[in-house]
Amino acid sequence: MNPSLPNAADGLPRRITTIGPGPDSQKTKPVDIPERVQRIALKSSLASRMTDKGFRYLMLLCSLSVLVVVGLLLYELITTSHLSIAQFGFKFFATSNWDPVQGDFGAYPFIYGTIVSSLLSLVIAVPLAIGLAVFVTEICPKSLRAIISFLSELLAAIPSVIYGLWAIFILAPILRNYVEPFLGETLGWTGFFSGPPLGIGMLAAGVILAIMIVPIISSITREVLVSVPQHQREAALALGATRWEMIRMAVLRNARAGILGAVILGLGRAIGETMAVTMVIGNRPEVARSLFAPGYTMASVIANEFSEASDDLYLSALIEVGLALLIVTLVVNTLARLLVWSITRGTPQRANG
Amino acid sequence: MARTETLSLGRRIANHLATALTLLSAILVIAPLVAIFGYLLYKGFGSINLQFLTNTPRPVGEAGGGMANAIVGSLVILAIGSVIGVPLGIGAGIYMSEYGKDRYSTVVRFTADVLNGVPSIVIGIAAYSLVVLRQGHFSAFAGGVALGIMMVPTIARTTEEMLLMVPHSIREAALGLGIPQWRSVLSIALRTARAGVITGVMLAFARVAGETAPLLFTAFGNQYWNLNPNQPTAALPLQIYVYAISPFDEWHRQAWAGALILIILIIVAVTVVRIATRQGSYAQSR
Repeated sequence: MNPSLPNAADGLPRRITTIGPGPDSQKTKPVDIPERVQRIALKSSLASRMTDKGFRYLMLLCSLSVLVVVGLLLYELITTSHLSIAQFGFKFFATSNWDPVQGDFGAYPFIYGTIVSSLLSLVIAVPLAIGLAVFVTEICPKSLRAIISFLSELLAAIPSVIYGLWAIFILAPILRNYVEPFLGETLGWTGFFSGPPLGIGMLAAGVILAIMIVPIISSITREVLVSVPQHQREAALALGATRWEMIRMAVLRNARAGILGAVILGLGRAIGETMAVTMVIGNRPEVARSLFAPGYTMASVIANEFSEASDDLYLSALIEVGLALLIVTLVVNTLARLLVWSITRGTPQRANG
Repeated sequence: MARTETLSLGRRIANHLATALTLLSAILVIAPLVAIFGYLLYKGFGSINLQFLTNTPRPVGEAGGGMANAIVGSLVILAIGSVIGVPLGIGAGIYMSEYGKDRYSTVVRFTADVLNGVPSIVIGIAAYSLVVLRQGHFSAFAGGVALGIMMVPTIARTTEEMLLMVPHSIREAALGLGIPQWRSVLSIALRTARAGVITGVMLAFARVAGETAPLLFTAFGNQYWNLNPNQPTAALPLQIYVYAISPFDEWHRQAWAGALILIILIIVAVTVVRIATRQGSYAQSR
C-alpha cells in the first residue's frame, strides 16, 4: 500500500509482507486445482479482465467528479459574473456603493463585515475550543470523554438555520438587555462598543458564529493533540513537570502547526457561514466601528438579495461576490489542510479510539 | 536539594488554574447546546400537532396550517441529492483506497477536503447557474444537485478511511480464490466496511438535511403541495428561515415547531442507522 498516506490498516497484521510460510501456513494443505476449474478460469479470464478494467474506470470517473466539481464551481461563477468583472474590475472590492437602482456596485462593506464577524468569532471561539480539546484529551476522566465529545459533535450537527432561529429569539434579546449595556458602560470608550444596544448586529453575528465553529476547531485540535507521541508527555512528566507544564511544553508546542490549521479551518467555516449570520447581523451595507451596529457579510448579501436581483448586472455583481468568497475559502482551506496534514500525516490512527 | 522536594506555589497555582480554565471552557461550549435544545423543546413541542404535520401553510393572519408540504419536499430533495451524491462519493472512496497508490489520489483526497470547506451558498450559486439558468425555472432537481455535490467529499473520505481499515489478507484470500477484483472490492472489502461507510453516508445526509443556503435559489420554496421534481419545491429549512425572519408571532411559533421536527428527523435518521449497523463489522466508526 502507499506508505506516504495515513493508513489505518498499518496497525493491522498484513500477511502480504511476510516472505515464506507464515505462522499459520501449516494448518492448510496445498490443494490441487482440478482441470475443469482451470478451464473455466481460463475462459472467463478475458471477460473478467474487461469487467475489471471497466469497474476500475468507473471508480476513476467517480473520483474525477471531485476535481470536476471544483473546476465547474470556478467556471460557472466566472462565466456568470463576467458582466460585473468587466464593468467594475478590481475597484469592485474597494468601493462601498451598493446601489441596484443606479447599477453601481462595490463590495467593500460585505468584505469588511465578513472579516470583522469572522475575526470576532475566532477571538471568542479559539480559546474555548482549545480549552475543550485539552480538557477532553489530557485532563478529563475517561468515562466523561465519550460524552463530551459526543455533545460537542452534536453541536456540529445542528443546522445553521436553527442556530439563526435561536439567535434571533434568545441570543439577541440577551445581548440587547444585558451584555451590550454592560459592554457599552465599561468599554464604550474604545469605540468598539458604542451606540444603541440593538441586539441584532455584528456582535450577535460574531457570538453565534463562535458557537458554530467551536466544534470543528476543537475536534480537529483533538485529533492533532492525540497524534502527539505519548513519550513526549512521559518525558516531560519524568523531568518533573506539572500536568499543565507538560501540556504546554510537550503537547501544545508540538501540536501548534496543527492547531493553527484547525483555527484556519474554523475561519474558513466562519467566512462562508450564511444563514445564521444573515438572520442576526442586521443586513445593512455599512462600515461601522462599533460592534453593536448592523452590518452585512458576503455570504448574507447573496442569500438576501439573490432572488430579488432583477437585472443581469445586479445578479452578476452578486455572483462576483460569491466568486470572491469561493476563492478566499479555497485558499484558506488549502492552507489549513496543509497545516493539519503536516501534523497528523504518517502517524498511525488509533484503532477504535 | 530540599527545595526541589515540593512544587513551588506558583507552579501549583498555574497547574490548578489551567485545569479550571479548560473545565470552564468545556462547560461554556456545552452550555449553548443545552440552551438550544432546551428552547427547541420548550418552544417547539407545544406547536407540533396533527394539523402541523398534515396541512400546508396558511396565509398571514389565519391561524393553523402546517409544514407537511415542506417536510415531504425536503425528503424529495434529499432523495435526489442522495441518488447523485452517494454513488459518486462511494466510488471516489473506492478508487482512492483500492486503486489509488499514486499522486492522483493524493490530489483527489486533498481536493475533497478543500471542497468540504466551500461555503454551501457558493455551491447553491453554481447549481443555480448550472441547472436553473439553463432550465429557466427553479426546481427540486436543482436543489438536489446542490445537496448531492455537498455530500460527495464527506462520503468519499469516510469510505476511503473505512476501506483502508479492512485487512489486506481478506482481499488476497478473495483474489486467491479466483474472484475478479471488482467482485472482491464490492462483495468483500466494501461489505466488510459497510457499517463505517453507512455511517459516513448518514453524516453527510445529516449535514445536508439542514442546509438552507443552497436551496434558496435552487428549490426556492413553495406554499403548496408539489411532488414534481421539475418544479419549485418547499423544504423544511427554507420554511423555517422564511417564518423566523417574518414579523408574525404565529409564524414564529411554527418556525420553532419546524426546527424541532427537523432536528428530530436528523437525529432519528442518524441514530437508527448507527444502531442498525452496530453489530459485527470491522470498520466501526471512530
